[in-house]
Amino acid sequence: MTGWSHHLIIAPILVPLIAGALLVFIDERSRTLKALISLAATLLLVGIALVLFRAEGGSPGQERAYLLGNWSAPFGVVLVLDGLSALMLLLTSIVAVAALIFSLARWHAVGAHFHTMFQLLLMGVNGAFLTGDLFNLFVFFEVMLAASYGLLLHGSGPLRVKAGLHYIAVNLAAALLFLIGVSLIYGTAGTLNMADLAMRIPEMSADRRMLMQAGAGVLGIAFLIKAGMWPLCFWLPTAYSAASAPVAGIFAILSKLGIYVILRLTMLLFSVGPSAGFGATVLLYGGMATLIFGTVGVLASQALGRLAGFSVLVSSGTLLMVIGINDGSISSGALMYLVSSTLTISAFFMLIELVERGQDAGASVLAVTMEAYGDAEEKEPVEGDGVSMPGTMAMLGICFAACGILLAGLPPLSGFVAKFAMLSAMMGTGAIGIPPSAAVWTLILLVILSGIAALIAMTRAGIRTFWSSIEGTVPRVLVIEIVPVMGLLALTLALTIWAGPVMQYMDATIRTLSDPNVYVDAVRNAVVAPVKAGGL
Amino acid sequence: MELILSIAIGVMTACGVWLILRPRTYQVIIGLSLLSYAVNLFIFGVGGVKTNVPPLLGDGTVTRALADPVPQALVLTAIVIGFATTALFLVVLLASRGLTGTDHVDGRSDRK
Repeated sequence: MTGWSHHLIIAPILVPLIAGALLVFIDERSRTLKALISLAATLLLVGIALVLFRAEGGSPGQERAYLLGNWSAPFGVVLVLDGLSALMLLLTSIVAVAALIFSLARWHAVGAHFHTMFQLLLMGVNGAFLTGDLFNLFVFFEVMLAASYGLLLHGSGPLRVKAGLHYIAVNLAAALLFLIGVSLIYGTAGTLNMADLAMRIPEMSADRRMLMQAGAGVLGIAFLIKAGMWPLCFWLPTAYSAASAPVAGIFAILSKLGIYVILRLTMLLFSVGPSAGFGATVLLYGGMATLIFGTVGVLASQALGRLAGFSVLVSSGTLLMVIGINDGSISSGALMYLVSSTLTISAFFMLIELVERGQDAGASVLAVTMEAYGDAEEKEPVEGDGVSMPGTMAMLGICFAACGILLAGLPPLSGFVAKFAMLSAMMGTGAIGIPPSAAVWTLILLVILSGIAALIAMTRAGIRTFWSSIEGTVPRVLVIEIVPVMGLLALTLALTIWAGPVMQYMDATIRTLSDPNVYVDAVRNAVVAPVKAGGL
Repeated sequence: MELILSIAIGVMTACGVWLILRPRTYQVIIGLSLLSYAVNLFIFGVGGVKTNVPPLLGDGTVTRALADPVPQALVLTAIVIGFATTALFLVVLLASRGLTGTDHVDGRSDRK
């Protein structure tokens, strides 16, 4: 890409920033205008992400670095677009559109500044996916977190404030760990530019290396808190299930942000030299523990919101284990799993609200052992107006079944393709052809067991919700609420149909990632734009 | 100098960690503030402890007599962000206090 289109890389940060800033100045009463601006900005983001994704194409050599302020690479902050970040940008914008459309039915009106915070959240997430500098990553992380605090509290109520209080305290502590890690890495390596770090870390002297690894470990904890690795995950199910439905829908991407950073840093910084494989064991066993904890949690949950929260942990655990193994062909399956599970969990969080709308107080008594969090009284938000959905229960049932199939990893949806790709690579029938080790067998067993647990839990919840409702009140569901859910689920179907090209993209992305030089070269070869004579 | 700085960081971190594990929201926020002071000093410290040296490169300046400007820039950003998030936490704390009538972190009322 040349000319103006080169500047498109920064657009995923600028568009939500401008939209979010603009929205602050518009009065809360002109709700339609705010919604329109927010929707237009988010749709524009999808467009930009698609253009970047197509231009990137996943093939090596297409990586591009964008020099902010035209400072040459190790001195200024760079944005880097490669296969992984393009994929994550696209995923974020798709989930964002779905959550935003869902919120337009009524959730965006229950509190102030929903759209502003939503846009700023997108800015933080996009920035974190694009940046090639550790401290800049911290800044975007904080932007994302600050917006997420506001969004989690959106709709208010004692339940959300309590969950929000815990969420904020945990994340503030995590941010401090982040800073300690970053400053230790700066103190030992003398740089914060990720490409520069990738060059310097393999050549670091032994005494410095130890401190640098300590710093990287502390830094990793900050991201593992976000990704929800056991035992750093106890805040997650409570916070996610307390959030309003569209917010929980977009929060599905936040835990994947933690995974993304860990994947990026391990592949970039710790793949060659004496520090190679740093942290792999922790990720492998931590991932296993997370997966077990998530699976038990899924089985034990009575409230649907908590079931979805624990599904986030199952997905995080699986991905962390795969990063810990660090094998190319398993990782590309895992990337597919990441996309598929984000779409699923996002759709599921939104669906839960629609399904539970039909359950009154009498029905929730059925869930005798409902957790203390699940049964608190909820102030009913204002009733939205619009076209309601015909054949509501049937549609909800179909969507619910689809979510169950996706979470369990059964055919025909993409959950199956993703798990199949991972498992076949693990068993060695894939490209590698070496017999799996004991750790890998445990992993295979755990992934399959977690699928069975999800199936059991979803079947049980489905029977209780759809077949044994005593009252039989049909919830009033608007078309704009069910369409985003169905849209996300349709995307998983599309992922299955075009599984071939998608897997090719994932393979190419992982191949690019496993060679840090590709990333380093992209940053080093970024050309400083010539300064126009007489300009300014 | 280094010793005083590291003792200060250590004491503040210890107090901060103890305080954020306490059950009262006020203690938690004071603990987080102490921790962030400790972290800010820590960031400042990684540039090397030097006195009376400017972070400016001029003609004839030796690098030995030069303070690292990057940690100074980093700590400024960290202070601002820490300040904002603490203020935000304070608001949530007040909301929680208003809704539950207690300053327990779990909203539990345990007055006897």
